[in-house]
Amino acid sequence: MTTTEKAVGNVANFVDERLGAARWVKKSLNKVFPDHWSFMFGEVCMYSFVILLLSGTFLTFWFDPSQRDVVYEGVYEPLKGLTMSAAYASTLDISFEVRGGLLMRQIHHWSANIFMAAIVAHLLRVFFTGAFRKPREFNWILGILLLTLGLVEGLLGYSLPDDLLSGTGMRITSAIIQAVPVVGTYITFFLFGGGFPGVGFIPRIFTLHILIIPGIFLAVITIHVMLVWYQKHTQFPGVGRTENNVVGHPILPVYMAKAGGFFFVVFGITAFLAAVASINPIWLYGPYTPGQISAGSQPDWYMGWLDGLVRMAPPLETHAFGHTISWNILIPTLIVPGIIFTGMAFYPFIESWITGDKREHHLLDRPRNVPNRTALGVMSITFVMISLINGGNDIIATNFDLSINQIMWFSRIGIFILPPLAFIITKRLCLSLQRADRELLLHGAESGRLLRLPHGEFVEVHTPISPEKAFLLQSHEQLTPLEIEDVDARGVRRPGALKNKIQRRLSKAHAVSVPKVTEQELKEIESH
Amino acid sequence: MSNELVPTDNSAAPQHAPRATDINPASEKRAEQQIAILFGLSGVGSLLLIYSYIYVAGDVFIFIPIMGNQNAQQLGIGIGMAMSLFFIGIAAIHWAKTLMPDKEVVNHRHEFRSSDEDREELIKVVKEGVAGVQLGRRKLIKRSLGAAVGLFALPPVLLLRDLGPLPGKQLEMTNWKAGTRLLTDPGNRPILASDLEVGSVVQVLPAVEDLEHRPLSDIAKDPVLLIRLRPQDFQLTPERLAMTHEGIIAFSKICSHMGCAVALYEQTTKHLLCPCHQSTFDVTRAAKVIFGPAARPLPQLDITVDAEGYLVARAPFNEAVGPSFWERNSQ
Repeated sequence: MTTTEKAVGNVANFVDERLGAARWVKKSLNKVFPDHWSFMFGEVCMYSFVILLLSGTFLTFWFDPSQRDVVYEGVYEPLKGLTMSAAYASTLDISFEVRGGLLMRQIHHWSANIFMAAIVAHLLRVFFTGAFRKPREFNWILGILLLTLGLVEGLLGYSLPDDLLSGTGMRITSAIIQAVPVVGTYITFFLFGGGFPGVGFIPRIFTLHILIIPGIFLAVITIHVMLVWYQKHTQFPGVGRTENNVVGHPILPVYMAKAGGFFFVVFGITAFLAAVASINPIWLYGPYTPGQISAGSQPDWYMGWLDGLVRMAPPLETHAFGHTISWNILIPTLIVPGIIFTGMAFYPFIESWITGDKREHHLLDRPRNVPNRTALGVMSITFVMISLINGGNDIIATNFDLSINQIMWFSRIGIFILPPLAFIITKRLCLSLQRADRELLLHGAESGRLLRLPHGEFVEVHTPISPEKAFLLQSHEQLTPLEIEDVDARGVRRPGALKNKIQRRLSKAHAVSVPKVTEQELKEIESH
Repeated sequence: MSNELVPTDNSAAPQHAPRATDINPASEKRAEQQIAILFGLSGVGSLLLIYSYIYVAGDVFIFIPIMGNQNAQQLGIGIGMAMSLFFIGIAAIHWAKTLMPDKEVVNHRHEFRSSDEDREELIKVVKEGVAGVQLGRRKLIKRSLGAAVGLFALPPVLLLRDLGPLPGKQLEMTNWKAGTRLLTDPGNRPILASDLEVGSVVQVLPAVEDLEHRPLSDIAKDPVLLIRLRPQDFQLTPERLAMTHEGIIAFSKICSHMGCAVALYEQTTKHLLCPCHQSTFDVTRAAKVIFGPAARPLPQLDITVDAEGYLVARAPFNEAVGPSFWERNSQ
C-alpha cells in the first residue's frame, strides 16, 4: 500500500465510521448514465445556473440596488453630470471601472440567455422522445415550473440596471398587473410602493432576483436532479437496451470526467461570447425616465413571444358599470400563456388518458413513431415562432422594407392558420418516415448501383441493413386505439358517453401509424 | 407487446469495439500528449487573464478585424478566462474519450411501485398515528385548531399592507390644473403659441413648484405632446376642436394601452405611433386608434393661452391617462 492509498484510506475510514457512507457511495459510483448528445441540454441548464450564481454574486459586490438620485461622475463621458438612479450609475461603474466587470455582466446576461435556450431545448427533447411518461410526470411538472421561474427571473434581472429599455419593460409589467380585474390596481401600488415607477421597486426586485427566486430555483433543481438520479435516466432503444435495464458509462470515471469537463466547456464558451459579443449595452440607452423611450424597444428573446402576442392582440376593452376590463392585455399576457403552461404541465396525464397507457416507460420514442405527439409539438413551436416574429415586427419591418401593418396582419391571421397546418404537415411527414423505415427494413438500403438485366430492364441494387439498425427500426410499439365500448358486458350503457366518445376519437387519431413489418412479411421477402 | 423481430440477443452485453488508443501504444502516447497540450493551453489562458488584469491599462483600444475597436483589457481578461476554462473542459473530455475505459455497463431497473405488504403496513402505521391524535373524538380541539390556523393566515398578509399606499384617486390625477403653464421638456420654458410652427411637435410638462425634482411617478403621467397642424386638417367634433388653440392640439404622451411613451410622430400621415406595441393614433381625429392593440384614444388636454400669451391648460384631463385599470370609468 502506498502512502497516498493509506492516507485516503484513513480519511475514508474516518468518514464512514461516522456516516456509514461507504454503502451508498459505492452504489452511486457504479451508477450508469446512458449517452446521447440530446441529453446534454439538461446539463447545459444546470451548468448555466451555476455560472449565473457565480457571476451574479460577483455583480452584487458592486451593484447598488437603489433608486436614490445621484449625479454621474464616472469615466463614461456622454453621461457625465446627468442625474440618474444609483442602480444605473453603479451598473455603469461595473461596466467601465471594475476590471473584468463588463465581462462578468456580459457573462451573466449571456448565460441567462443560454440557460433559457437550454431549458427550451431540454423541454423539446423530453417532449418529442416521450421521456415525460410514467414514472417521470413529477419531474416534467418541476421542469415547467423551472421554465416559468426562468422567465420571471430573467425579466427581473434585466430590469435591475434601471436603464431606459428595462424601465420600459417594467412599465409594461406594471400595466399587465394593473389590468387584473378587481385587485390589479392595489397589487401594482403595493409592489411599486405607490404609482409607477415609485422609488422602491429596484430594491424589491433585487431581493426577489438574488435571494427568493434563486432559492426556489436551487431547491427545485435539486429535486429535479435527484429524481433523475433516483428514477434513473431514460435511454434510446437499441440492441441490449430494454425497459428493465440502463446501459451506459459508470459515473466513475468516464461520466464524471465528461460531465465535469463539459461544465468547463459551457463556462468557457459563455466567457468567450461575453468577451467578444456585446450584450445589453445599457450605457447607450441612458437612465430611465417614463417620459422617454427608444425606438425598437425589445425584450430578451424568451419574453419576445409574449410581447408579440400583446402586439397582435385585438383592441378590446369592456367598459361597464364604471369599470374597465382590458382584454387586449389580459388575453395575450395572462389567459393564453396560462392555458399554454397549464396544458404543458398536464400533458403527460392527458396523453396517458388518450392512449390508456398506464405502464412505466424507460425507453425513449423516436419522434416519428408517435406522429400525433410530434405534430402537437411542432404546432406549439409554430405558434411561439409566429408570436416571436411579431414581437420583432418593428425590427423586421425596418430590415426587410416591410410595413409593420403587413407583418401584424400576417401574424394575426397566421397564428390561427399556420399552427394547425404545421400539425397536419408534421403528422404526414412522420407517417412518411415510418413508411421509409418499413421500406428500409423490407428491401434494404438504396445502394445507388444500377444493374441492367439481360432483357434490358434497369434495377437498383438494394443492400441489406445491419441487424442493429433493423432492430432499431422494429423496436417500437405499434400504436393501437383504445377499445371503449359504449355499453358494458351486460349491455348496460356506460356513464359518461360524451367523455368516452372524446377519448375514443382522440385515441384513434393518436394511434394513426404505418403497420410494422411482421415476421411473416420478412420471411416472404427473404424467400424471393 | 413484444418485439416481433429480435435479430441479436437482446440481453447480451453491449458490444464494444476497441479504440485506436486501446490497441496502439503510439496512439495512446499521442493522446496523452494532446491532453497535456490542452491543459497547457488552459494555463496560457490564465496567464493572459492575469497579464491583462495587471498590466493592460483600462483605456487602451485595439483594432480587431470585423469586431472593430475593442477595449484591450476587457478583451484580454475575457479571452484569457474563456481559454482557461474551455481547455480544461476539452482536455478532460478528450481524456475520458481516449484513455479512460469505454466499456458500457448495464444496471437493472426495478418497478417503483412498493410491494403490497409495504403499502398495507404504511396504511396501518398512518392510521394508528392519526388515531393517536384523536381529532375525531375531541371536537373542541378540532374547532379551536381550525379557528387558530384560519386567523393565523391573516397576519402575514396584513404585515405586507405597508408596502405601498392605497391607490385612491392617484391614477386619475395629474399635475395639470386649470391655468397650469405648459413647459418644454427638457428646458422648462413656457411656450408662446407663435413658437410652434405648423408640423412641429413639442413635449411639455406642467409647471409645478419644484421644477428640478419632478418625481418619476409624475413623469409617468404628466407628459403631453403638443402638435401644430393647419386648422383645416382637423376632423374633430366642435367640442374637441374647442380644446385646441390655433391649430395646436395636446395629447397625453402616455400610451392608453400599456403606458409607454408614444414618441414617434409621422409628419406626413399625422399619426402618432407607440414603439412598444405599435398602437397608432390619428392626430387629426382626436388620436383615434387606427391600428394596434390600444383600445382607447390618447386623452386630449384642453389648452388655451394666458394673459401673457403663454400656452396653459384650460382644464385638467377629463379622464385618467395611461393604461387601463379596473376602477377606471371609461364610458
